[in-house]
Order: sequence, then C-alpha cells, then structure tokens
Amino acid sequence: MAESLGAAPRVRFSAGRYAGPDSTSWRWLGLAALILLAAALPFGISKYHVFQLTLVMVYAIAVLGLNILTGYNGQISLGHGAFYAAGAYTAAILMHRYGVPYWATLLPAALICFALGVLFGLPALRFEGPYLALVTLAMAVATPQLLKYFETWTGGQQGINLVKPSPPAFLGLDRDRWLYFLVVVALLVAMRVAANILQGRTGRALVAIRDHPIAAAAMGIPTARYKTLAFGISTLFTGVAGAFSAIVIGYVSPEGFGLFLSLSFLVGSAIGGIATIGGALVGALFIEFVPNLANDISDAAPWALYGVAMLLFMYAMPRGVVGSLQVWVARVMRRFPSPNAAASDNSRECKGRTL
Amino acid sequence: MHQFLQQVFSGLSSGAIYASLALALVMIYRATDLVNFAQGEMAMFSTYIAWTLVQAGLPFWAAFLLTLVISFTGGLAIERIVIRPVENAPVLAAVIVTIGLLLIFNSVAGWIYSYTVQDFPSPFPDRPVFGALMTTRDLGVIAATLVMLSLLFAFFRFTATGLAMRAAAQNPASARLCGIRVGRMLAIGWGLAATIGATAGIMVAPVLFLDPNMMGGVLLYAFAGALLGGITNPVGAVVGGLIVGVTENLVGTYLIASQLKLTVALALIIIVLVLRPNGLFGAAIVRRV
Amino acid sequence: MAPILELRALKAFYGQSEVLHGIDLAVEDGGMTVLLGANGAGKTTTLRAICGMVRSEGEIVFSGKRLERLATEDIAGLGVAHVPEGRGTFSDLTVEENLRLGGYTRRNDMQAGIQHMFGYFPILAARRRQQAGALSGGEQQMLAIARALMMAPRLLVLDEPSFGLAPRVVEEMFAIVERIRREERVSVLLVEQNASLALALADQAYLIETGYVVASGSAKTLADDPQIRRSYLGY
Repeated sequence: MAESLGAAPRVRFSAGRYAGPDSTSWRWLGLAALILLAAALPFGISKYHVFQLTLVMVYAIAVLGLNILTGYNGQISLGHGAFYAAGAYTAAILMHRYGVPYWATLLPAALICFALGVLFGLPALRFEGPYLALVTLAMAVATPQLLKYFETWTGGQQGINLVKPSPPAFLGLDRDRWLYFLVVVALLVAMRVAANILQGRTGRALVAIRDHPIAAAAMGIPTARYKTLAFGISTLFTGVAGAFSAIVIGYVSPEGFGLFLSLSFLVGSAIGGIATIGGALVGALFIEFVPNLANDISDAAPWALYGVAMLLFMYAMPRGVVGSLQVWVARVMRRFPSPNAAASDNSRECKGRTL
Repeated sequence: MHQFLQQVFSGLSSGAIYASLALALVMIYRATDLVNFAQGEMAMFSTYIAWTLVQAGLPFWAAFLLTLVISFTGGLAIERIVIRPVENAPVLAAVIVTIGLLLIFNSVAGWIYSYTVQDFPSPFPDRPVFGALMTTRDLGVIAATLVMLSLLFAFFRFTATGLAMRAAAQNPASARLCGIRVGRMLAIGWGLAATIGATAGIMVAPVLFLDPNMMGGVLLYAFAGALLGGITNPVGAVVGGLIVGVTENLVGTYLIASQLKLTVALALIIIVLVLRPNGLFGAAIVRRV
Repeated sequence: MAPILELRALKAFYGQSEVLHGIDLAVEDGGMTVLLGANGAGKTTTLRAICGMVRSEGEIVFSGKRLERLATEDIAGLGVAHVPEGRGTFSDLTVEENLRLGGYTRRNDMQAGIQHMFGYFPILAARRRQQAGALSGGEQQMLAIARALMMAPRLLVLDEPSFGLAPRVVEEMFAIVERIRREERVSVLLVEQNASLALALADQAYLIETGYVVASGSAKTLADDPQIRRSYLGY
C-alpha cells in the first residue's frame, strides 16, 4: 500500500540538513559555488536562454510555494495555477491600469495571494485527500473561465500587454539579464525565508500535523491555524512568482493559466522532491526544459515523451530527485557513523538456557 | 414543466456516463487509495479502438465486445507494468504516474488518429419517445449502463473471484493470508475499470463526437460525482454521477450557458461537499491513532 | 519424528532495525508449541517472518520446503494458516463470506468445509449471514480460526488468540483448538501472553526476550522452572 503523502525518511527533519560535523561548511561551499555559477552564467549564453532560465526560477518560486503546502503539510493542491494567475493579473492590472512601477506590484500581489490562500485554506480544512484534490482541481479549471468572464478588468480573451521594465542605467545590463538577476535574488530570498519558516516552530508544527494530525492536536498544536497559515504562505510564494511571470514575460492571457499549469507545478514539485527546498529548482528545470526536449526528439507526440519522462523519474526516484538524494546520503552516512556516536553494539551476549 | 423533465432525463443519460466512469474511479480507489486521473484518457483510447474496428467493417456490437476484451487486457497490463513500480511508493509518485499516463494516452491518440473530430456511430437511433420527453438514445444509454452495473454487481456478489477482489481491497494483508494473490486482484480491478471506462466512452462518443480531448470534461464530472457519492462507496458513485449529470443539464439550461457552466456546476457540488465533507454516502476516513 | 517447522538462525528486520537476532525454533509434527514473552519481545515478529510479512534472514523450513523467498500467499497455499494479531477478519463481509475466503485455495469441497467448521463452532452457524464486524470478540476469534482451518492447513499459527477475551471464552476457545489439533492432525504454533494456560496445553515452549530465545524445552519443564514462574506466571 502506498505510504502517506511525502513521509520524510525517518532519519531527519526534512529540510535537507544532515547530521555530521562538517556538513554546514560543505553546504555553504556548495551554495557559494552555485551562486557564482548563477552569476556568471547569463553572460555566456544567448538572451533567449537567459529568458528561459529566468522563467525556470520564477517556476521554482511557484513550486516552492507548492512544496510548503503539499510536502510539509500533506495537503495536495491541484490548483496552484489559480494563485499564480492571481499574482500575475494583480501585477498586470496594477502596471497597466494604474501605472504602478513593476517592483511595487510585488507586495500587493503577495498580500492578495496570501489573503486568498487563507480564504481558501479555511474551507479546505474540511477536506481530505481526494476531496481536496477535487476542490483545487475545480479552482484550476475555473480560472481561465473566470478570467475570460471578467473582461473589463482582465482584458478577456486578448489578455493584457505590458511594457517590460527597463534596467537601471548605472548597471549597464540589458533587460533580460537585469530581470535574470532580479529573479535570482528573489529566489534566494524565497528559499531563505522558506528555510527559516520550515526549520522553526512553524515547520515542526507542520510536519507534526502532516504525519500525525491527531497526536499533534493532542499536543496542543492549533492544527486549524497552522494548516490555514500553510495555505496562505504557500499561495503567497506562488502569487509572487505569478507577479514575476507577468513582469518577465510582459503579457498575461487566460490561456496561459489553465489546468495544465497547475498540473505542471505539481509535477515539478514531485519530480524535485515535495518535502525539499532545493527540489523546487530541480522541478522547475524539469517542467521548463523536458517538454522542449521532448519536442526536439519527436514533434509527433511530444507530450507522450514528457509523460514517459515523468514515469521514469517516479520509478527511479519516487521521492523526487532531491528527496531521493537525501535518502541515499543518509544511508551512506549511516555506514560511516561520526566518531562521537556511542558504539551501539547489537551483538549482546545472551546465555540461552535449554531446560 | 415539459422542458424541465426533458432536461432531467437528458441529464440522467449523461449522468449514466458519469456514473460509469465514477464507478471505475471508485473501484480503483478502494483497492489502491489512488485516483486514476488517466481513467478518462484510457476510455477515450478504447473508444478510438472501437471506432477503428467499426471503420474496418465490423458490425457495431462485435466491435463493442472486442473493444471490451482489449480494454480489459490493457487495463490489466497497465496495472502490472506501469502502476506496480509505484505501488509502495509515496502516494504523490503514483498520482504523477497517472498524470503521466494521461498525457501519454492523449498524445498518442492525437498522433495516431489526429485531432480531427470524428463521428461515432450509435447503436441506438435518436428518436424522441414518451411524448418527446426523452430520446431512444437516452434510453439506450441508460439501459446499457444498467446492464453493465447489474453484471458487475453479480460478479462481485456471487463469484469467488469477485469475493476475493472485495477482500483484497478491504484488507490486503488478511487476503494474502488466505492465499489470495492481491496483486493479481488489483490487476483485474484495473482491467474491469478499463472495461467500464470503454463502455462509457463508446456511449458518450456519439453525443460528444470523437476526438482525443473528448473525455476531459467527463472525467472531471465523474470525479465530482464519485466524491459527491462518497469516494469509498460504489453505489454512491453511481448516484453521485447521476446527480451531477442532472445538475449540469439544469445549470446549463436555467442558470448560465456555455463558458461558466462547468464552474457553476462544480461550485454547487463543492458547496454540498462543504456540508458533507465525506460525500452523501461516504464513510468518514477513519484514522487509527 | 521430524519437526514440521524449523527456524534456524532467523533474523528479522523492521526497516533498518534488526529485531530478531537469530532464533532457533522447532514445531513437532502434530504437536503444539508455544512462544512466550513480554510485549515487544519479538513473538509476533517471529510469526510474521514465517509468513513472509517482514524482511528476514536465516532459514525457515516447513515440511522440507524453504519458505524464506516465498510470498505470503504462496506460503498460505503450502499449508500454513496464520491467524494474525487482532484476528484479521474481513469485518464488512459476512461470516459465510469470510469462511469462503478461507477456502479460496480449496474450492472443490467448499460447502462440506463450511459445514465442518459449523460443526466445531456452532455459534458461527447461527450467525452465518451477519457481518463479521458485528460479532463479539470471542465469536470473531472463532471465525478467524475457522477461516484459517478452511484452508485444510498442516500448520496452524495463532497470534495471541486470547487477547481481549473473557476467561471463560478463552477456555472454550482453547478447548476447541485442542480438539481440532487431535482430530484434524494439525500442528499448532501458538503465541500467547497468557502463559499458564498456554503452558498447560502445549508440548514444547520457547521463551523470547528482546529478539533472543532465552529458554526452551518441554512445556512442563518451563512451567516448573522457578525463574520463569516468577517472571511470567506470577508465583
């Protein structure tokens, strides 16, 4: 029988840190290397690829939001595209109708999506498993329809065309690279914030609620409050990502925010590892590049190849790339226990008696 | 009044389709705790197979039966080959696999058969009956669904394999202790679900017209119907599907047409679920502490 | 007389933890062997290892066949009937359906088999169409045993059958089990916390503590052993 949703391996709290004396220094080194790479990269590749990578990171922020909900809280959402759309359209309408500068749209988008998340979180508490899936699925399906319906605000079918932001002159960067760096910083901030939340009290409470809701409630954790909070934080992240997508792409229309987007986020979340932070980036890379790759290989049935890729990833790494990596590393670490660990000797001398 | 009854009966007819697919979903959910999101696409693919057989010259009912056999085998094979590797993995992995399956079936159907909409023959002539209250096609669909449901009921109630399948779904550990091959029962379950889906697809194709995206909306309504009835209850699934069918029709006729029909219908269903979070007939998902 | 079941150096694992550390055990053909021990000692784990329900290393030999690599359902098909902890009845199915499931592997003479069980457990005949979940604890235990016997097994494995039952019901049940053992010529491996009753019935006994066999011998000898008396029999 399938295990409970995203049950983290028993070894550790699932935020990616592992016991061992030098692990922290290793992690800082790895992070620094990645940051250097990220900083150097845009100068070695074409503008289109910079744009693609920027989009990947926008998706990563969105998927991170979904990870917080699904991975750490155990609630499956098939409808995060709706909140992404909310963020995108908030930014688009503010910029288009009210001339708000792009950087000032982020806060309103965040607040609105947080509020929407709390609003949906409250009734969502009544639903379990497949029921919640249906409710969120309905949200995803309804989104393009609602966007088309409220034409006066959303521009209906045509969508809204936006002016892409100009980079500050003193930096000497072109627009694509400026946006790239902006989003890199946003992603790093998002990851840091997520890590802080998840490794603190809130995170522990969320994991407790996910794994043993009854025990958590019995321990006095206000389950309803934390679950709703988780929903709100999760939609905040995804909404901000949506706002960034409007800024980076420069166009919003109902077609881009349908069911497929929500499913893509879920796929990205699972492929990367739902109860991880780094997995969000891996998942985002998957959902951006694998469809293109599939198209290159076969333009007759590219989505079939995408589907096959999804299957193969799940067979090989059911906990996602980062999730499975954590399990493997844990296994390796177990073979080389740190010198401090007290020797637990299993071979107890036992004098059995035969009567 | 006359129009109201007409819409109700027409809703029952589409409801019968939703009920069938909902039943397939519930069968698989009871056995594996998994919602098979690919159920609709599998049904669509089966319908294409039926269409191919009819195009090749087979009489309708022969094509229908042959398609059922092929679908059963296909469902069985999918469970053994595609689903088995993630049977003991986290639930989300299995969900992703069914989504992947959905994409694969949809894409392959589009590739083999193109996205051109096709006509699909109906075995039932479309003549009004009972003073234009319903058509013979509606009657035919409802009758076919009833026959299928009765056969299923008889299978599960009166045969040894049916009993073994019920046992394997309820308590796989105990079933193994009785010597029941639980894996094989799961496979048969998927085979039966695929067969039910094929029937639903073939029944609905004359109305919706055959194209690879035919079953998307149907699956959504079927899912809603299954949950409305209570995801663990097969009878509930059938009732839920019928209710959804009638609701959809009435909403479309009296409340709001076209675009927002789906949204409004779903909203209504969700409101009901808010009041009864486990569906109308579902048992609460009891958690052992 | 060769033992019908032998465990040699059996280790069992839950995940990464080793919980049985090399058990040696034998059940005589036609005899009753009891496994005693406190909670968490490893008694149930041993039974589950025999039926392939937990990961294990070592040898499990049943009637000359090795069971270690076999699936649970295959082991059941070979003639090992396991009545698990908590009975394992199908509570939503009727009494008769439960029995039919027990007879799943021996479908030829299903009716005869069912009548035979009603002979041993008349109370089940009275309740044949009721849902198993509606039966009392004692009746459910009888149903579980009857279901196991429908398999016409050579070895009956019982995990804490007296659990949660009133003393009179327990006596009645064990009387039937003893009768079955003699008349059907079934060997029995019993796990019990009710040590005194079990030792009175069994031929052989093993005492398990935290995954090790710490004492073994004939039931009578263990029952007379002063240390065991103090620890497990209460006097």
